[in-house]
Amino acid sequence: MLQEFPEENIEALATGAWILGTGGGGNPYLSTLNLRRLYAEGARIQILQPDELEDDDMVAVVSGMGAPLVGQERLKDPRHMARAVELMEDYLGRPFRAIMALEIGGANALSPFLAAALLGRPVVNADCMGRAYPEAQMTSFAIGGLSMFPLSLVDVRDNEVIVTRAESWKWMEKVSRAVCTAVGSTAATCKAPRTGREVKDWGIHDTITQATELGRVVLEARARHDDPVAAVLDHAKGKQIFRGKIVDVDRTTTGGFLRGKTVIEGIDADRGATLELAFQNEWAVAFRNGEPVAMTPDLLCLLDSVSGSAIGTESVRYGQRVSVVALPAPEILTTPAGVAAVGPRAFGYDIDFKSVFK
Amino acid sequence: MKRIGIDVGGTNTDAVLIDGDKITASIKVPTTQDVMSGVKSALAHVAAHIGDTPRPLDAVMIGTTHFTNAVVERARLERVAAIRIALPTGASLPPMCDWPEDLYRAVDPMIFMVHGGHEYDGSPLVQMREDEIREAAMKIRDAGVTSVAISATFSPLTTECEDRAAEIVRSIIPEARITLSNSLGRIGLLERENVALLNASLQSLGRTTVQAFKTALAEIGLDAPFFLTQNDGTVALADVAAANPVFSFASGPTNSMRGAAFLTGLDDAMVVDVGGTTSDIGCLIGGFPREANNIVHIGGVRTLFRMPDLLPIALGGGTVVDPETGAIGPRSVGYRILHEARVFGGQTLTTSDIAVAAGMIEMGDPSLVRDLDPTFVHDTLARMRAMVAENFDQMKTSAEDVPLIAVGGGAFLIPDEVPGASEVLRVENAGVANALGAAMAQVSGEVDQVFSDMSREQALAAAETEARAAAVAAGADAGSLKVLEVEDIPIAYLPGGARRVRVRVIGDISFG
Repeated sequence: MLQEFPEENIEALATGAWILGTGGGGNPYLSTLNLRRLYAEGARIQILQPDELEDDDMVAVVSGMGAPLVGQERLKDPRHMARAVELMEDYLGRPFRAIMALEIGGANALSPFLAAALLGRPVVNADCMGRAYPEAQMTSFAIGGLSMFPLSLVDVRDNEVIVTRAESWKWMEKVSRAVCTAVGSTAATCKAPRTGREVKDWGIHDTITQATELGRVVLEARARHDDPVAAVLDHAKGKQIFRGKIVDVDRTTTGGFLRGKTVIEGIDADRGATLELAFQNEWAVAFRNGEPVAMTPDLLCLLDSVSGSAIGTESVRYGQRVSVVALPAPEILTTPAGVAAVGPRAFGYDIDFKSVFK
Repeated sequence: MKRIGIDVGGTNTDAVLIDGDKITASIKVPTTQDVMSGVKSALAHVAAHIGDTPRPLDAVMIGTTHFTNAVVERARLERVAAIRIALPTGASLPPMCDWPEDLYRAVDPMIFMVHGGHEYDGSPLVQMREDEIREAAMKIRDAGVTSVAISATFSPLTTECEDRAAEIVRSIIPEARITLSNSLGRIGLLERENVALLNASLQSLGRTTVQAFKTALAEIGLDAPFFLTQNDGTVALADVAAANPVFSFASGPTNSMRGAAFLTGLDDAMVVDVGGTTSDIGCLIGGFPREANNIVHIGGVRTLFRMPDLLPIALGGGTVVDPETGAIGPRSVGYRILHEARVFGGQTLTTSDIAVAAGMIEMGDPSLVRDLDPTFVHDTLARMRAMVAENFDQMKTSAEDVPLIAVGGGAFLIPDEVPGASEVLRVENAGVANALGAAMAQVSGEVDQVFSDMSREQALAAAETEARAAAVAAGADAGSLKVLEVEDIPIAYLPGGARRVRVRVIGDISFG
């Protein structure tokens, strides 16, 4: 049964998605503005549960691709996200039953909503990361060994590209990234279409609801002047890794990643200790006094200790009072195949994955 | 060097006359309803001390809250037109799409979106459609609107589109006052455009305000060049500043920090400016306030431009203390403190009452707070100290202890010892710190751009050259320029080792 996504949930979804972005995925502010305007014009989004899909239904998987900085100048327009979906339908010769997010973390959590508002389709309550990751092979569909093609990519200037085949998920990432760069490092994409069966078997379910609920507890705690970080921990069954103050941020760009580390000096119970958070677009590994204590695929979230708002790897700055919180990863990411795709070694850290929840 | 500095605040108007680095005269008068009569009486007082020396007055520096107040009050703003050069991008988020409704109505904008703009690497997004700009300009002219804000994608990298559009608009509306977004803001189209539009809405007020100051100076018989102080602790010639009122938004707190630097002789320190309702904590680097590199909301509008990095705390001389729980603020009696605070015979317990009870300051009638439980007073003070300490620590840029300078009318609330502070300094003449800060102002130049296909060193050098040129263009003496800030951030995903570099240089005003 379809369920309407009420307007008052937009802010909660954006707040929760930004936390699940684990430092990356882009700030959802502009997407939120877009969705609010669509609602003001009368659009209403219907949410479809994954198990209500027919096995042979077709589902579009959408995301905005590119550099967040470019997105601050070339403002996202829902029409292009919708166009990427239509382009794929034209190519397939079949309509999509529904639209889903590639990643629930960051701005892309709202991407299916923008397309769905214009195309009158429902949004599936699922994604394929359960968080944010930078590359195409880092999805539950890739871990499941599903097909990685075709992919449609739409540029605002009437440039439309379909990548019809790719040898592997990594090649799909490489080829589509090259096209994205050529059109100015921002594009709307519709990833390899999925059947209803595939979404049921390999999608990460219920993540729209999870993000919305997570955002809601933060907003409510803030309104009550309660501790929003405690609310996050309680609601999402997370673990506090560290509490402190940012004393150093070191960023470099290599291989198309924003890499670096931020150093946090402990306060309260962590006084005297230092936590180093290494990142590659997203927070990847936390080292306490040099020892790895938490790592991907567990979700590492850096939250403002007072407001509970997420802090991104591009916006973290000296002096911020922060709480480092780990949230449990979707089960599939912690399987051996999952850890191979998104564990510490996938990001170049020679460490065995050890969950803080085991 | 003889200068007069004036700071027009919400409550008081301060003025000082300085000769070199000596204060020759100073005065503080209440800000009057009409503002200018207060300015005139303050000016007349210090001008009387210029004396008979052969050296004339070099400059008058004025800091004012006129423009911020207009935005906050949604008053005295004018109708504007927005031309954004960005299609086919951004159509769903037109200019001013995230403004508060009341401010949007007060500005009643005409909005146009046209084709053009650039990419992050400086290549054109699409061919700019000059015919669309011409058509917009004709509609603007026909509506009788003369203040126009122009924005374009990546205009901080290349100003070509905005410059050409301005030419076209001017050819159709010769009397147009045009604000280009690249001259004010940074990367982030919506935020930069917001700054440009706020600026456009203040054009008439900028002109009438500068004219009123000019008249006031003439009536006192002062004919020295006159400058308005800016957010970053520098000044601009009044006629130039009138075109960019947004650069005066935070001149009050900035002048107070600069004045604190002058009064203590410290160039690197933290400053806490304690007012009636709130305090601002800022950081002085090389004698200038550290800049905010994040979104700053002005009157409910998101902006990103040259503003000091200030951390407001809900702690001022009029902040209300709950007599049951001892909770501090955020409510304040503000300027009504003279009637409502206990020591002045009122019914409301304030932080000032606690300070009087603790013997930290003498004011009002101390017998009116004698009934307060000493333990309660002690605990409340401890909480105040913790508030200051935590916020102070948050603004520090290093783990080492640094000096903290306390200024403003409520400076007595700041304890003598603050964790993380090497010392807490209080200054004489703190009451006119703002006017002093204004009098001491210099000229700056800034560049904030994405550089690609060059080494980090080359990028930093290129940025510095451009910043120096900008400072000289703004009236700085080239020989006195020094680099104040360098910051660079590599940009994720972009090829060519792209990095965004921000460099700011500063120097003395070039006279003649």
